[in-house]
Amino acid sequence: MKNWMKIGVGIWIAAVVVFGFAMPIGNIPGLGPKARIIFFHVPMSWLAVLAFFMSMWYGISYLRKKEIKYDIKSATAAELGFIFSILATITGSIWAKFNWGSFWNWDPRETSIFVLLLIYGAYFSLRSALENEERRASLSAVYAIVAFVTVPFFVFIMPRIMFSLHPGGEGSSAPIVNANGKMYMDMNMRYVFYASLIGFSVLYVWLFQLRTKISLIAYNNQMENE
Amino acid sequence: MRGAAAVFSKDLYSELRTRYALNSLIMFVVVTLSIILFSTAGESVSPSLAAGILWIIIFFAAMSGLSRSFVSEEERGTTMTLQLWVKPSSVLLGKLAFNAVLIYVLNILIISAYLLTMQSFRVQTPFIFFVTILLGSFGLASASTFIAAIISKANSKGTLYPVLSFPILLPLLMSVIDATRLSVDGASVFEAFDDFKIMLSYAVVVTTAAIVLFDFVWRD
Repeated sequence: MKNWMKIGVGIWIAAVVVFGFAMPIGNIPGLGPKARIIFFHVPMSWLAVLAFFMSMWYGISYLRKKEIKYDIKSATAAELGFIFSILATITGSIWAKFNWGSFWNWDPRETSIFVLLLIYGAYFSLRSALENEERRASLSAVYAIVAFVTVPFFVFIMPRIMFSLHPGGEGSSAPIVNANGKMYMDMNMRYVFYASLIGFSVLYVWLFQLRTKISLIAYNNQMENE
Repeated sequence: MRGAAAVFSKDLYSELRTRYALNSLIMFVVVTLSIILFSTAGESVSPSLAAGILWIIIFFAAMSGLSRSFVSEEERGTTMTLQLWVKPSSVLLGKLAFNAVLIYVLNILIISAYLLTMQSFRVQTPFIFFVTILLGSFGLASASTFIAAIISKANSKGTLYPVLSFPILLPLLMSVIDATRLSVDGASVFEAFDDFKIMLSYAVVVTTAAIVLFDFVWRD
């Protein structure tokens, strides 16, 4: 990643934060100014799921090619995904306190992010329980894939079947993004939202490259020492 | 298919000879159930709570018993022999069939003990309950057989097993608990259809993924 991009992403996200609080967003029935959490919460959740997908994707690449760099990428994606899921949980929980009255009440959406955290936790415990590198790489890749095929049950099916109060769910009174995929955001809000999505995604790519580089160097050093 | 049948009958014979898994599982169920009965003595347990408790017993019984299928091969050092003689998919299918049979037998025991001791647990819609046990147990067996294959290669197998299985099993557990609650509440069969769909698609998805991925787990 070029230097100007690194500086650019800092300025970009700073601007997103400022606009996220300052931009007039119109009146949204049932949510009002609390809807501003969308600028921070949704990008975090999106990255948490994207990272999980990338972890699985690199896992598949490892199983096909058996090159250790794919395993390192898979683990890196999972580490970042774990951080972003924690951030999504925290931002969502703060919003829930002010909109639903409690930090945690097992809404289907809350359950699904909780499961995502559990999967990441299980993935890391599996990795630490395997000493042989190749075995660790292939078994954790397999686990990531199996976990990934069960996640759609939570993210897409459960909230649709069960009664959810999350915006976009069946029982929600304030559809910003609703079940049939239509968005009800005014133009201002849309600009900030997409800007935030882009900003955090670029940040994710940067973090990912950085972490991968570090892990690869550490791995090569270890190989030379042995 | 013949390989799978051979693996299944091998496991069945060695189990019948020692009754290791079944004996310890029966004791596990007795212990767990008596703890629950001690702690709820004199309390009125609501039917939906009783439905949840039933699945807690089944889940942990499965977690303590089903990992043996692969762990014992690893402990006895017979993994290599199996790798030489049968195709990986046959090993998985044979073990899966054995675990499914084990969990069905176990569920019959758990449910009859539970019905005898838990006063508030009365099934009003037997059809929902029957289908739930049938589909739910199969999904449970297939996910936990596959996770057992993964953890048999790892250190600290015992603690890792529920940790890895729980997130994978949770969609299934949520729908079986919901369906069991419906059957206790006396709901009509149609109300449980959404849950049945989840259970069925879960069993199909996980079993397919397990068959596809098992090669990578089994061959080092």
